[in-house]
Amino acid sequence: MKTTIEPFWWSLFGAGGTLAALFIPITLIINGLAIPLGWLDAPAYENVLQLARHPLARTYLFLLISLSFYHWAHRFRFTLYDGLQLKHLNLLIAVICYGGATVGTIAAGYTLINL
Amino acid sequence: MAVDSLAGNAAVVAGGEMVTLEVFRYRPEEETEPVYQAYEVPVHKDWVVLDALNHIKDHLDGTLSFRWSCRMGVCGSCGMMVNGDATLTCATFVESLLPGPIRVGPLENFPVVRDLIIEMNDFMEKLESVKPWIIRDEEKSLEDGAYLQTPAQLADFKQFSMCINCLLCYAACPVYGLEPSFTGPAVIALAQRYNLDSRDQGAGERNAILNTDEGIWQCTLVGECSVVCPKDVDPAAAIQRYKVSSTLQWYQKLLMPWSGK
Amino acid sequence: MSANPQHTPYHPRWYRASMPIFWWMRRWIHARFILRELTSIFVAGYALVYLLQLRALGLGPEAYARFLDLLRSPLSISLHGVSLVFVIYHSITWFNLAPRALALRIGDRRVPDKVIAGLNFVAWISISAALAWVTLKG
Ligand code: SF4
Ligand code: FES
Repeated sequence: MKTTIEPFWWSLFGAGGTLAALFIPITLIINGLAIPLGWLDAPAYENVLQLARHPLARTYLFLLISLSFYHWAHRFRFTLYDGLQLKHLNLLIAVICYGGATVGTIAAGYTLINL
Repeated sequence: MAVDSLAGNAAVVAGGEMVTLEVFRYRPEEETEPVYQAYEVPVHKDWVVLDALNHIKDHLDGTLSFRWSCRMGVCGSCGMMVNGDATLTCATFVESLLPGPIRVGPLENFPVVRDLIIEMNDFMEKLESVKPWIIRDEEKSLEDGAYLQTPAQLADFKQFSMCINCLLCYAACPVYGLEPSFTGPAVIALAQRYNLDSRDQGAGERNAILNTDEGIWQCTLVGECSVVCPKDVDPAAAIQRYKVSSTLQWYQKLLMPWSGK
Repeated sequence: MSANPQHTPYHPRWYRASMPIFWWMRRWIHARFILRELTSIFVAGYALVYLLQLRALGLGPEAYARFLDLLRSPLSISLHGVSLVFVIYHSITWFNLAPRALALRIGDRRVPDKVIAGLNFVAWISISAALAWVTLKG
């Protein structure tokens, strides 16, 4: 039987979509809006660093960021494919999307290890 | 497209309200591009769109072609686009579409043979390709009796067995429109109907067709198939659940290559 | 079905409409679908911003302070505002579609779709509250 790699991409897409749906809105509200607008006091630098360095926090941050990238890669690939009917560029689109997410994942791993 | 008018003169209810039906006409021997033709039809409280079409055929223009049979939502042959929505015309009341005009067209995403009649062989061939019947490794002999099934086992697939092959889900699916090679909602739902049947052992054979780029992995869960389905088959759910189980199998094979299937 | 059938008197010409490039602009339900798919850009976009914030955190207090300044710019605030709408739309559509993929069963009965989606929303709210508490308690 012809095997397909789609289940793999789809599982990353699904995991990323779930993590993003649960965690990104509140993270964005706190870091991108509430603190910059002064609605909430920014926690001290030392405390943020200490929290982010916790192994659990590192794991969580890595998964959230990396899987969000793969979530985008998979969805956006099909949006280009169907939405703009770029079927003939299928391979190129796939390489750019999943490749981009992989670069982002490496960057996230590097950043979090050196935190 | 041009709209040429043909006002009705027969069977007008005295003093009754009229509504305009703009009906898709395609007569291959006469025109290469379809036109919409307008008909004035009386409004009756209990008329569905199919009644209005039959009124046209009987009293205004006998050349109009369309399919129908049961008039009660079970045969699945009267599906058309009504004001852009894929629907059974025998289950859509004219009254709910007033004041009109009501635009009636053939199901989208299929080639049109004539007027409101589509060519559905593509669907029939896909349906056959997934072997929608019970497959056994070894058939029991008659003396061994029937295959028993509990109500809970029946409940696993019952919903998917309600499909009437009306093709509304295909007309509503933009992925099928873009990619006619896509196996499509009803066929996948009907394959699941057998895959999930406790008496069936053919899931592996069907998997070869469904667990592919033209099968379930073409679907992007637009979800419209489940919205338009008149029988609550929920083909979108059939496809999503198939994706889940295929993904689990994929990982199982990756982690334990020695495990069967 | 062969893609190019022969047209004969017994097999007349079919009419086949093709999908326009911007097919999803013709109908609101399709536009809504494309909007749902485009939320992924904002999901990944924010993940990238968050990653940059973590990088600034790793570079030291000055770099971090500079980054927080950047977040205060009107451009950043407006981009975050727009992104928020999209990531929330992502969450809502995601949770509402979850019952399509999950067929949970208690005893003989299917757990109704509304219950599954409802549980998702409850989880969303509680996780948001917990995460806010962990981030801000320091
Ligand atoms: S799944 Fe529903 S919409 Fe599709 S063909 Fe069957 S009954 Fe019709
Ligand atoms: S005529 Fe049979 S379903 Fe409408």
